[in-house]
Amino acid sequence: VAFADPVDDTLVLNEETEIVTRTAAPDHLSDSLDEVMSGWLFRGKETRAMQADDFDNPGMIFVEQAMDSWNAVDGSEGKSCASCHDGLETMAGVKATYPKWDEAAGKVQTLQMQVNECRTERMGAEAWPYDKGNAINMEAALSSVSRGLPVNVAIDGPAKETWEQGKDMYYTRTGQLELSCANCHEDNYGNMIRADHLSQGQINGFPVYRLKNTKLNGSHSRFKGCIRDTRAETYKPGSPEFIALELYVTSRGNGLSVEGPSIRN
Amino acid sequence: MKISLTGAVFGAVMASAVYAGEVLPTAVAFTDGAVEQSLSGMPGDAANGRLIVGDKKKGNCVACHQVSDLADVPFQGEIGPPLDGAGERWSEAELRGIVANAKIMFEDSMMPSFYKTEGFIRPGKAYTGKAADDTFGPLLGAQQIEDVVAYLTTLKE
Ligand code: HEC
Ligand code: HEC
Ligand code: HEC
Repeated sequence: VAFADPVDDTLVLNEETEIVTRTAAPDHLSDSLDEVMSGWLFRGKETRAMQADDFDNPGMIFVEQAMDSWNAVDGSEGKSCASCHDGLETMAGVKATYPKWDEAAGKVQTLQMQVNECRTERMGAEAWPYDKGNAINMEAALSSVSRGLPVNVAIDGPAKETWEQGKDMYYTRTGQLELSCANCHEDNYGNMIRADHLSQGQINGFPVYRLKNTKLNGSHSRFKGCIRDTRAETYKPGSPEFIALELYVTSRGNGLSVEGPSIRN
Repeated sequence: MKISLTGAVFGAVMASAVYAGEVLPTAVAFTDGAVEQSLSGMPGDAANGRLIVGDKKKGNCVACHQVSDLADVPFQGEIGPPLDGAGERWSEAELRGIVANAKIMFEDSMMPSFYKTEGFIRPGKAYTGKAADDTFGPLLGAQQIEDVVAYLTTLKE
């Protein structure tokens, strides 16, 4: 049905940065998808337009708040993020590679975990609660300076086991409705499910500002909502399961541009 | 297999909502994906079935199917085929089997099993995201299935 297909449109940020919203699927997906597409292509015209200009993007208000925390001294060591990292722009490209294996921690870390590592181990400050206020705002700030760069998470080497775990989760039909992520986002993207236009469920655009709750939302919170909607018992944001799922879902978007903070319904 | 409770007195003291003549979700007999016997032991009410099919809180079948007869229900999905003419394509027993557990008629179907209580992975307590507890039951009750089936049989093209 034509009206439900992804739109034929291009996203150029602030009239300068071209965002790749559709591209050839990464090799590991070649059996299931030819093309990967950003959720942006599945949203309405006005929502899409809001994201094209930072002045119109309400998500950028939260990025500004994160800039304040970037410069704010916190914790027993008397340091701010800026004390060690200078300007936020030094983080360009970082978001595109997360989640990634952390040798010292001996596990895959998400960007929020890495920030908390700096807070607890280097600043003597408290960890920020997962997917909430400061944490999600900082993730959005870190994302904002990587916009336009291709998502490129590693799925081999020491990250492989976690990636496999996420992949299993993606294809497992859970809950009383027995639906997997793939049922909706691989087999039915472009179709309407009741009033919702199904996208590929990509997370290159995260964190997303949702018009529905007028704040930034993390990918783990979105996973939680989708799993709840299958009448299943969900996992918690920040849980090992969602870390694995984030790595896997991010890898499905390898090649798309980092786009967050983006705007969705 | 049919659960028959002998005597109205015995039936009245039963704590559970199992009525005489009702087939439990774990005891439904499928033949090539179809179910011959009424799950409630009673005929279905097509008018009520029509409501269940369109109601978000009940069958919510329109989340995935379009039904022209339900033109008053907005936002019909397009995951499954339109149900127009389903009463011509399928017999009553086949429709009962499809609604009770579509995965027997259509292997690996995305359609949820509406009369099933076992074999789920991480079943939840409705839409709370919490684990299922002892309030867990099938998505639709036996009589609701019968009502939906009765409605589907009226869908002729
Ligand atoms: C005392 C120094 C120090 C402070 C303060 C600090 N960091 Fe770090 N940060 C580091 C070091 C060192 C690394 C490299 C760690 C590693 O490789 O595992 C790092 C790594 C990172 C990375 C990952 C970079 C990459 O290429 O993978 C991010 C993101 C980050 N820090 C964000 C922050 C934020 C946000 C804050 C403030 C809330 C902060 N850091 C505070 C020292 C610091
Ligand atoms: C019953 C259908 C269904 C299932 C199953 C489902 N989702 Fe979703 N999901 C949706 C709908 C509807 C939306 C909102 C429209 C859209 O963006 O696709 C959505 C949105 C998303 C988004 C936001 C995309 C964006 O660009 O904003 C992500 C990410 C996502 N889902 C991931 C998942 C993952 C991972 C799973 C499995 C754990 C999953 N979904 C399971 C229906 C589903
Ligand atoms: C999550 C999606 C979904 C929901 C909800 C759903 N169905 Fe289906 N249904 C399907 C799909 C997909 C098919 C196609 C069969 C297959 O999987 O190959 C189907 C097939 C059918 C068929 C056979 C279609 C035909 O005419 O050939 C009937 C009848 C049917 N469904 C009735 C219902 C009823 C009644 C409900 C609600 C009580 C319902 N469905 C809920 C997805 C769904």
